[in-house]
This record gives sequence, structure tokens and C-alpha cells, in this order.
Amino acid sequence: MPYPEMMLKPMRHELTMVGFDELTTNDEVESWPGWNEGTGLLVINSVCGCAAGMARPGVRLALDGEGARPDRLATVFAGQDLDATAAARARFPDVPPSSPSMALFKDGELVFFLPRHRIEGRTAEDVAGDLRDAFQSNA
Amino acid sequence: MGTFHIGKHELHGITVVVDTEGAETYVGRCDDIVDGRVILRDAAVHRDGESAASKQEFLDKAAQWGVFADHKRLVIAETTVASIRRLGEL
Repeated sequence: MPYPEMMLKPMRHELTMVGFDELTTNDEVESWPGWNEGTGLLVINSVCGCAAGMARPGVRLALDGEGARPDRLATVFAGQDLDATAAARARFPDVPPSSPSMALFKDGELVFFLPRHRIEGRTAEDVAGDLRDAFQSNA
Repeated sequence: MGTFHIGKHELHGITVVVDTEGAETYVGRCDDIVDGRVILRDAAVHRDGESAASKQEFLDKAAQWGVFADHKRLVIAETTVASIRRLGEL
């Protein structure tokens, strides 16, 4: 059941404030250039603090500084923007759905995926470290 | 910032592997462990001798990608449980 938008706003803002395009419709998902052009990081956002509490800070930390970073950043909100999330997940149907999670694409291929269970119980620094490694090896 | 759930077991929200004394191994998100029951959300089951993949193959794949859930909610009697481990630590 979707949460009140007022409650979600800061969770959305945590990503949009560092340059993520928020994809809220099927059309927006389909037209996101990050699927096919260069590198694109898709974050599947979630309200669940058990894992998402460290997911968003981890993403922000990974993008901070001067290291390699994806050409494009986008996010969908699981459990809230249902059509957009389903359309995004349809781009990697062999991967079980989980949220929060993060998918890195390079020239049309999924090259890295960080599922929820690799975020749970870890620190933002841990999550950022995994992402930075993925950015670097796919730069 | 996020939504937290107060009053649940410390594994609440964590994806776990539940090994049983029998043929079943479960992977799912722990909702709670209470009143002698382990309650999982979005869980998948492996059964020795029935599933196409071996238990190790099932767990290896789960550890890398997660699982496609067969059950939205699953209740396991704690008396049948041999161990509970975090999937993220496999």
C-alpha cells in the first residue's frame, strides 16, 4: 500500500538533490537514455529503513568526490510508483526484484547489481565502496 | 531516513536463510520471530530431492542475486529450524 507522498518527499529528495532523474511513469522509464548510452545507474528506492536507511546515504557517498561515476543517474520508487518500477524491472527480468537495490548499465548491458540483502545491516561507507568499485571497473 | 518497525525481532527486515531439520531451506525477508514461529516475507523454498538445483546452487544464486519469491508470507515452526543466517553474509 503506498505511503503518503508527504512522507516520501524527503526520501525522493535525497537522490534527486545529487542529480538523479526521478522516473515516475512508464514513458519516463522507457525513454531514459541510461539504459543504452554509456553508463547509467538506476536506484530502486524504498521506504524501508531496515535497508534503505543506508542505501541512499551510500549512493550519495559513492557519487561524492572525484572518482569515476556513471554518465546518467535515475531512480524509481518501489511500492509507490508502481508502473515505473515494473517497467524498470522489466529491463532485467532475470534478476529477482528487491528494494532498495541498484543496477548499473553499460552500453545496454547490466554490469553490476546490488540487491537489498547486500545493503541490509551494512554502513553507508560499505555500500559506497561497492558502488565505487563498480563505477571504476566499468568506467 | 526511512520507515522503521519498532517491537519486532532484531532480524526484522533482514533477508535470511532458514535451514531446517528436514529437506526444506528457506530464503526470505524476516518479518518476525515470535511465539515459536519464524515469519518470512517474499520467500523462496528449496527442497532437497525435489528442486532442480542443489541446495548449494540455490544458495549461491540467492547470495548473488536474491530470490524470486514463491510465497508472500511464510510461517515456519521454530522447532523445525536448524539455523538462521543472514543471506548477505553467505
